[in-house]
Amino acid sequence: MKSKNWKSLVAASLATGLCAGTASAATWDITITNLTHGNHFTPLFLRTHDANTHLFQVGENAAADVELMAECGDNTLLVTSAGNGNFANNPASGVLAPGANTSTSINTASDETRLSIVAMILPTNDAFIGMDSQLIPVAAGTYTYYINGYDAGTEANDEILNAGVPCDSTTTGMPGAPGGDADSGATGVAGADSNTNIHVHRGTLGDATANAGGSSDLVSSIHRWQNPVAKVTVTVTP
Amino acid sequence: MPFRKSTSLGAAILIAAGISACGGGSSSNDQATYQVVVTNVTSAQVLTPLGVVIHRPGYTAWSAGSTASIGLENLAESGNPAPFVDEAGLNINVDTVAMGTTPFTAGNSQTIDITTTYANNLELTVASMLGNTNDAFTGVTNWKIGRLNVGDSMIAMPHVYDSGTEDNVETAATMPGPAAGGEGYNPGRPSVTSVITIHPGVVTQADGLSTSALTEVDRWLGPAAKIVVTRTQ
Repeated sequence: MKSKNWKSLVAASLATGLCAGTASAATWDITITNLTHGNHFTPLFLRTHDANTHLFQVGENAAADVELMAECGDNTLLVTSAGNGNFANNPASGVLAPGANTSTSINTASDETRLSIVAMILPTNDAFIGMDSQLIPVAAGTYTYYINGYDAGTEANDEILNAGVPCDSTTTGMPGAPGGDADSGATGVAGADSNTNIHVHRGTLGDATANAGGSSDLVSSIHRWQNPVAKVTVTVTP
Repeated sequence: MPFRKSTSLGAAILIAAGISACGGGSSSNDQATYQVVVTNVTSAQVLTPLGVVIHRPGYTAWSAGSTASIGLENLAESGNPAPFVDEAGLNINVDTVAMGTTPFTAGNSQTIDITTTYANNLELTVASMLGNTNDAFTGVTNWKIGRLNVGDSMIAMPHVYDSGTEDNVETAATMPGPAAGGEGYNPGRPSVTSVITIHPGVVTQADGLSTSALTEVDRWLGPAAKIVVTRTQ
């Protein structure tokens, strides 16, 4: 997924498209809940698509639009990539606090059976919540999914707060801490990622104090998480 | 459709992908070939060579809450899959075994092609150690693959387990991976918990375990591998 945003699925899923061809346009009412203890989600981005395309794939490189989302919480390139496709951007009108939820609706096209969702986890360097091309049933009903936190593999997890600086894919550090509970002056936790593909995030480390200094600007008793990090419910109305 | 009504999908359970809705397997005398691709989706752990078993119901490589077999203990402590697949081969319900020859680092994959006589109740077991641990392993067992048509795939992101055969002391002398270079299999080392559990994760020097040979990059949360099985014949 380096140069092309919508890449053919490696696994042979053509058969699915043909054999499960009963899909038709539907309305999906989607609710996302932040299950973390002390992390915010940046504006959520939801995209519907067919079985052959992905927003991201675990084990592959992050495309530029996913990298910008994961490092800066900036969905500009994701919206551009979506073009005239069906998507929902920023349903919470801002960040989604720990324990909070937000809802949106998408009307799918007849060939769209899959849902992808991403949002950056703050405060981190390049962690994001990810649903990758989840097959959503065509039958009416409410379906629940739990999703993991991923590391985009594109930025060192130094855990140094770098708020107030215009963020792009070249800037380092964490672009913000909406909870106001990070500190400053850290020396840095980690160097460049050894796994530069999208992978399951190892979690933040933090340090034991909210005072300035230490190895991390995060607080280990606040900013760690376990998977899953988000709950997604989809109510399908054919 | 695989899910109906309110289906709760845990973070690490199997995700069906690309399962054809038009069924009909092959006749039972055919050969079937399965391509197993395991991708290391950790930050910096090494995954040891894969142990792969094609079998029928009646063989189960491990079960959380039960004691690890000697073959699994070998794999989980040393990363050597040979005793694991040799042990499997003695089970009457096992059809074919295969194994990898090299470890693979974070971000990389290992592919095993394995051929057997087709049956609609075939199951797949895959196991690999997280090398920079005392006895952590990941994989799937009893994964039903008999209904896959040629060209179809399934994806799993399984749990990481603790084999319950060695305490998680994380010292250089007790872990075989590149972060430590210590001893692998040793049946004499104790474990406070003597059954297979979900692994609690590594503590590392970063969290104050000063005798640990590990650093914070060796940590993981939840799944450590993405496993894709595709029937290619």
